[in-house]
Amino acid sequence: MKGGQSRVGIVSYGAYVPRLRIKAEEIARVWGHDAHMGDALNIQQKSVPSPDEDVATMSVEAARIAVERAGIAARRIGAIFVGSESHPYAVKPTGTIVAEALGAGPFVQMADFEFACKAGTAAVQACMGLAVSKLVDLGLAIGADTSQGAPGDALEYSASAGAAAIVVGREPSEFCAEINYTTSYTTDTPDFWRREGQKYPSHGERFTGTPAFFKHVAAAGERVFSEMGTTPEDYDYAVFHQPNGKFPKMVGKKLGFRDEQVALGLLAPRIGNTYSAAVLLGLANVLDAAKPGDRIFVAGYGSGAGSDAFDLTVSPGIAKIRGRGVPTVEDFVRSDEFLDDATYAKYRGKIQVPSGGAT
Amino acid sequence: MTVPRFWREQPQRYRLLGAECNNCGGIYFPPRTVCPECRRESIGKMVQRQLSGRGTVLAHTVVHQPADGFELQVPYVMAIVELEEGCRVMAQVVDVVPGSVGTGLPVEMTFRRIREDGRNGVIYYGYKFRPMRHTTLDKRVANSIASPKPSSTPPRSPAGSRPRRS
Ligand SMILES: [Zn+2]
Repeated sequence: MKGGQSRVGIVSYGAYVPRLRIKAEEIARVWGHDAHMGDALNIQQKSVPSPDEDVATMSVEAARIAVERAGIAARRIGAIFVGSESHPYAVKPTGTIVAEALGAGPFVQMADFEFACKAGTAAVQACMGLAVSKLVDLGLAIGADTSQGAPGDALEYSASAGAAAIVVGREPSEFCAEINYTTSYTTDTPDFWRREGQKYPSHGERFTGTPAFFKHVAAAGERVFSEMGTTPEDYDYAVFHQPNGKFPKMVGKKLGFRDEQVALGLLAPRIGNTYSAAVLLGLANVLDAAKPGDRIFVAGYGSGAGSDAFDLTVSPGIAKIRGRGVPTVEDFVRSDEFLDDATYAKYRGKIQVPSGGAT
Repeated sequence: MTVPRFWREQPQRYRLLGAECNNCGGIYFPPRTVCPECRRESIGKMVQRQLSGRGTVLAHTVVHQPADGFELQVPYVMAIVELEEGCRVMAQVVDVVPGSVGTGLPVEMTFRRIREDGRNGVIYYGYKFRPMRHTTLDKRVANSIASPKPSSTPPRSPAGSRPRRS
């Protein structure tokens, strides 16, 4: 880690995406929109959670994969932070459910994180601090969401579901990727919000895009370059938050990355915007394929607004945690189970049912 | 089901924590405090046993008249799953087209919402099963064909393999 002797890195990771999909053209058909809405956003389809899935269940699935991938004893985990804007409870931490399901704790530091779509990367940063300072052996950071747009809103094309779990530690021999540097760029920008008790979010149209996503991601990214003395060409991969399939390529271009560097970490066209999970799922997909020595640039974004950026180098340890029969991101992204819009509305609680509705 | 009772049973419901008799080797799920085979001789010899969560479908039924809280999921599959360790559990099988479930289908545990006490109540989570994932499916199916388990009853666990309601 820059600025000190201490080193910190990713020890393992896990991904989970629900198996159900809905096509953009099906959403357009129902709301009477232009059939090419999906093309405009570069989202062909998005993931949909089953009625019995939520942020807690997906977090558990992703965390179990992370633990299994590297053969981690659950009792080594000293901190669990779940970042989400769709925690199943308003009051009762999702992390408690994850810890119990993993058999971790009870001596574990815990809090749920919330920062729109960057709560997961904020959780990674918190785990880095605890691991480097030796307050914990390993920290588990999770980004997970089952987000929703109001019926007919443009968010309907993108808001999807997924989870990613990152295990952070300080023992270099255990790293699958070393975190060389991280920084955050945060301001008070009202681009997107949801008031307490409201089911659907609101957005300040004027702020979406340029003063929000692009400004923050670019500022965090430029700081990584200046602090690390790097240029975009030094990186093999660049992974961005992906509210749609277009923004990552656009902000990548703005920063000086080529489309080829961005491609592997871009999953939004196939699963939509998984919010807090999105950038970490993109990173996990890169880690599934990267070679030791590969350099990865990562920049998350959360409305409100902020960007967390990272500089990583893939470690030799990546070889040790591959090919252990643990599912890859592609195993989850690949799915051909499509819903029609009526079933989608039923599953996502957009139709009133007497009981048992999804959250 | 009361909240305190569910809370007590969380280790078994969340991660299939069973029990093993150190006297005869019998494995039980749900966990037992006394081995039904060894009875008094098992006292003090029952230990926790983490089950793998992998197994095969022994019998199943497709439910069209849902239990409370399962209205959105009809039709859904309930099955008796025989775990690798030999014990059997009754559970829902998800992420599957009901017609494609058959005896011998390799399945693995998944963590899902089971039900909730209304909109203001507690949410109950626990195990369900889903078909074994693609990455591991081929290898595990190949293994089970190459070396089929001796029988549904593992040699050292005669009692543990009895069907049990979860
Ligand atoms: Zn016994």
